[in-house]
Amino acid sequence: MRVELLFWDGCPSYPRACAELEAAMAALGLDPAAIVVTEVQTDEAAHAAGFIGSPTIRIDGEDVQPTPEPAGLTCRVYRLRDGRFSPTPDPADLHDALSQAMKGPDNDRNRRDRTSLRTP
Amino acid sequence: MTAIGEIAPAFGLPDTLGKQHGPAHAPATVLVFTCNHCPYALAWHDRMLAVARDYADRGVQVLAINPNDATRKPKDSIEHMRHRVEAGELGDVPYLRDETQSVARSYGAQTTPDVFVLDSAGVLRYRGALDADYSDPAQNAAWLRSALDAMLDGRTPDPAQTPPVGCSIKWRDA
Repeated sequence: MRVELLFWDGCPSYPRACAELEAAMAALGLDPAAIVVTEVQTDEAAHAAGFIGSPTIRIDGEDVQPTPEPAGLTCRVYRLRDGRFSPTPDPADLHDALSQAMKGPDNDRNRRDRTSLRTP
Repeated sequence: MTAIGEIAPAFGLPDTLGKQHGPAHAPATVLVFTCNHCPYALAWHDRMLAVARDYADRGVQVLAINPNDATRKPKDSIEHMRHRVEAGELGDVPYLRDETQSVARSYGAQTTPDVFVLDSAGVLRYRGALDADYSDPAQNAAWLRSALDAMLDGRTPDPAQTPPVGCSIKWRDA
């Protein structure tokens, strides 16, 4: 499983996002040291990476909370499960995305299919 | 940049309908530099509105000011501001556009949100965050409320300054 955390230093959410991702991985018996961290420093790099805001967390290439925003250097807006706005994903979403990916490629494919249904 | 204890700059800025607003020598005036796109501003937004409601009967004036360059953040355009106001997202709080960013610069605002509280003489008495944790609604803008309570009781806010937390203000290119 490839877990990526992309961030922009202009947004202060990176430390919290990193800590919550590490905690979610540790809770599932995964090695937090395996997180691939990438700092996105320019708009050009953001566009090249499809980076729509900081932090962006991808598991096996899939965003944990896909949203149709343009690429660029910005703080990303997440929705928690209770509807509140947040600069970081809901830890429960991180847990579920990691759990789903751990179940293997069939389940991973199913997850992609559901995502594509939500995005016309 | 305005320091605690100094006279803050006077200004007039238009709201989304073009009406001018500025500090009006209320018992306390709360200026909140904020915006549409930032998750920190959005996370604290309801707490700002609650302060405006809860202190209105004590004469406290709350003004929300969007200083961001809309060419860099299109969601911070006047059109998007107007849409939020029309949707009722600002309650009774005027939402002002600092198009030239001169007000944000004169106050030394750094982030959205960044809060400045002036007394009736226009002296800056508190500057910083609404409370200690954007993610905890139970904080209930405790730092801002504490500052207002102190000022309205004739005391000095303590703390008078806290670190602003949020997205950096999106300045125009020089």
